[in-house]
Amino acid sequence: MAAMLQAIGGASPSVAFSDHYNKSSVSSIRSFPVIRSDARSSSGSIHGSFKPGKIITKATATQTESSASAASKPGHELLMFEALREGLEEEMDRDPRVCVFGEDVGHYGGSYKVTKGLAQKYGDLRVLDTPIAENSFTGMAVGAAMTGLRPVVEGMNMGFLLLAFNQISDNCGMLHYTSGGQFTIPTVIRGPGGVGRQLGAEHSQRLESYFQSIPGIQLVACSTVYNAKGLMKAAIRSENPVVLFEHVLLYNLKERIPDEEYVLSLEEAEMVRPGEHITILTYSRMRYHVMQAAKTLVNKGYDPEVIDIRSLKPFDLYTIGNSVKKTHRVLIVEECMRTGGIGASLTAAINENFHDYLDAPIVCLSSQDVPTPYAGTLEEWTVVQPSQIVAAVEQLCK
Amino acid sequence: MAFSATTKIIQPMYINSARSPDKSDSCNKILSPSSFLGSNNKLFSISKTISPLSRRSATVVAVSSDVVKKKKVESNPASNLLITKEEGLELYEDMILGRAFEDMCAQMYYRGKMFGFVHLYNGQEAVSTGFIKLLGNRDCVVSTYRDHVHALSKGVPARAVMSELFGKATGCCRGQGGSMHMFSKEHNVLGGFAFIGEGIPVATGAAFTSKYRREALKEDCDDVTLAFFGDGTCNNGQFFECLNMAALWKLPIVFVVENNLWAIGMSHLRATSDPQIWKKGPAFGMPGVHVDGMDVLKVREVAKEAITRARRGEGPTLVECETYRFRGHSLADPDELRDPAEKAHYATRDPITALKKYLMENSLASEAELTAIEKKIEEVVEEAVEFADKSPVPARSQLLENVFADPRGFGIGPDGKYRCEDPKFTEGTAQV
Repeated sequence: MAAMLQAIGGASPSVAFSDHYNKSSVSSIRSFPVIRSDARSSSGSIHGSFKPGKIITKATATQTESSASAASKPGHELLMFEALREGLEEEMDRDPRVCVFGEDVGHYGGSYKVTKGLAQKYGDLRVLDTPIAENSFTGMAVGAAMTGLRPVVEGMNMGFLLLAFNQISDNCGMLHYTSGGQFTIPTVIRGPGGVGRQLGAEHSQRLESYFQSIPGIQLVACSTVYNAKGLMKAAIRSENPVVLFEHVLLYNLKERIPDEEYVLSLEEAEMVRPGEHITILTYSRMRYHVMQAAKTLVNKGYDPEVIDIRSLKPFDLYTIGNSVKKTHRVLIVEECMRTGGIGASLTAAINENFHDYLDAPIVCLSSQDVPTPYAGTLEEWTVVQPSQIVAAVEQLCK
Repeated sequence: MAFSATTKIIQPMYINSARSPDKSDSCNKILSPSSFLGSNNKLFSISKTISPLSRRSATVVAVSSDVVKKKKVESNPASNLLITKEEGLELYEDMILGRAFEDMCAQMYYRGKMFGFVHLYNGQEAVSTGFIKLLGNRDCVVSTYRDHVHALSKGVPARAVMSELFGKATGCCRGQGGSMHMFSKEHNVLGGFAFIGEGIPVATGAAFTSKYRREALKEDCDDVTLAFFGDGTCNNGQFFECLNMAALWKLPIVFVVENNLWAIGMSHLRATSDPQIWKKGPAFGMPGVHVDGMDVLKVREVAKEAITRARRGEGPTLVECETYRFRGHSLADPDELRDPAEKAHYATRDPITALKKYLMENSLASEAELTAIEKKIEEVVEEAVEFADKSPVPARSQLLENVFADPRGFGIGPDGKYRCEDPKFTEGTAQV
């Protein structure tokens, strides 16, 4: 049975956020658990190298499965970059083959402090400070993965990984296939992307739209402290190459997460707020704009269902589909550009699979097809703002 | 000694002497020597002087016959020879296998048994045999699209390679890779890459794993990785980036440049400001060695030293092998740009002929023994073709099997189940 609690709103952002965000002091996200049945564990036999393992099917930002177990341990509060580090550290403790490659990940501790202290703990070889050669050190990670290690590659900014596109596409994505399944590439490629605070066009890119066609990789985007740690661990444990998209503006989110170990599912979406009138699909930072808009919408009498899709490739068509079948209206809010973004693919996928259930055309709110300007006002207008989301919902629900 | 190293400077002929006036649709202009756009450096010089400015902690070595002669005496004082009979026969067999296999590939291609881009290794056998026959099973080899013979030298059965070329399910990559993507986990052949330079970081990563195993995991590991690539690749960023990282971290890797002077139709001299590739090693702090790549024994001597260096943890070496491909860049290349005189010159330096001569002159093998090897290889190659012919083509169900190591990566379908649980999925008839 799914116990549903109403989500109160977005996480309380730290002062790093702009005034768009409500600075009321909500100390933790209270989301609700939607418990998936474990009967969904995969047991089919597939030719090839897949061995069915234990699948953790809890997709959601859940504090507890029941309030009883919540009382046993209080959990601990931390910031998102600390949660990412905690996840990474736990995996490095658990498996000595897990290592980190990246610029300034070692002695400097990472540009966003995700790897702070790890080099001191694990040594310079396990937390490798690379020269500035993205294509080559990403390729190095592929070679290391083929020969038994489990590297985590950090792009100091996701945009820099454009230089590694050759290796990500041809080797991370395709090598397992072209080798006839002989070599696995269990790499994780992670880093901050998205539009930040006047970082300029090149540091504000959304690489998920460029990577999504690459066959053989999975793309996930974390958005809360809880799912950041869970997805980091899941990505590291996955035998597939996974690209984990973090967001520059979310690193200072604070949240209370469980003390117990947990790993989330890479392929599942997260129900943020159940509702009846309209399905709003979003991911990463836009989740917070959506939840901000949701507050306004609730006040105006709407009941939006908000889903953080989390898995950008592949899409969780089950969660999404169930929602569409319920509400019959879809609004996609994303940070990718209008053309060729995740929203564009998602629109196509929903139209193909759930066309009969739609009462209105899918609306997709994306960033403008513009190199992100430096000027604050212009930058604000390139990304979707909560007021636009409210307007779109009102329009759709007429 | 049978191999007299030529200290003659080999210059590729200028383009204008090679053109026949009938060829009208070429995109290459005929250049007069005065407008030659490329380096005027000599290809290599056996110069023992190293300027103090360029001196680094690593030594620069240009291998000449004197060096090899000296080694000859050291390595086998009893017999004065570089190799034993067994070694000689092994080398000969490997080179004959490489040559016969590639010749058969050409035949099969023109008979429509294999398609696409096929790049043959004829003429370069000394490099593959000279290096790879020194490796153990756990050592890794990374190559480019000209990878059939590297795979064969490393131990991948000829039938698996031929099957792969025919696109059959019994190929070493289940028919999914093709000519340019030979992989073998069993024999540690890490590919087979279509983009030049793409494999060098992969090789660097494999070498990194070796070091990691030794130093972080405290295992007993001295595995070495060889990265093979051509002269064209040496102008590519990934090459330089990896030279830097390998030298920086003293990775157990040998960078083997198969300088056959041509990158499709681009002469090495027209593409490279300083065509002496071996010099680029010391710039990054590793030894740079130049060796006659048409002479398997010389290659082997240099390889021994480079591989031993790597095993001892002393770091990488850059070895430039001067070699030549007797055929065009690929089977689709009409090979019109190269001067016939140049081709004729290198044909006289055929590595197989040279080794045969050496073995017979030094009474290491008789004509009969060598002919027996040739016959045996002929049978191996024919059997490989038969096997490939008889093998089944991949079934439709194979299409999606190896996209993900963990097929949950295909995601969750509208019905709530993982896509890969759908029985139609592997049949390739499900909607993805």
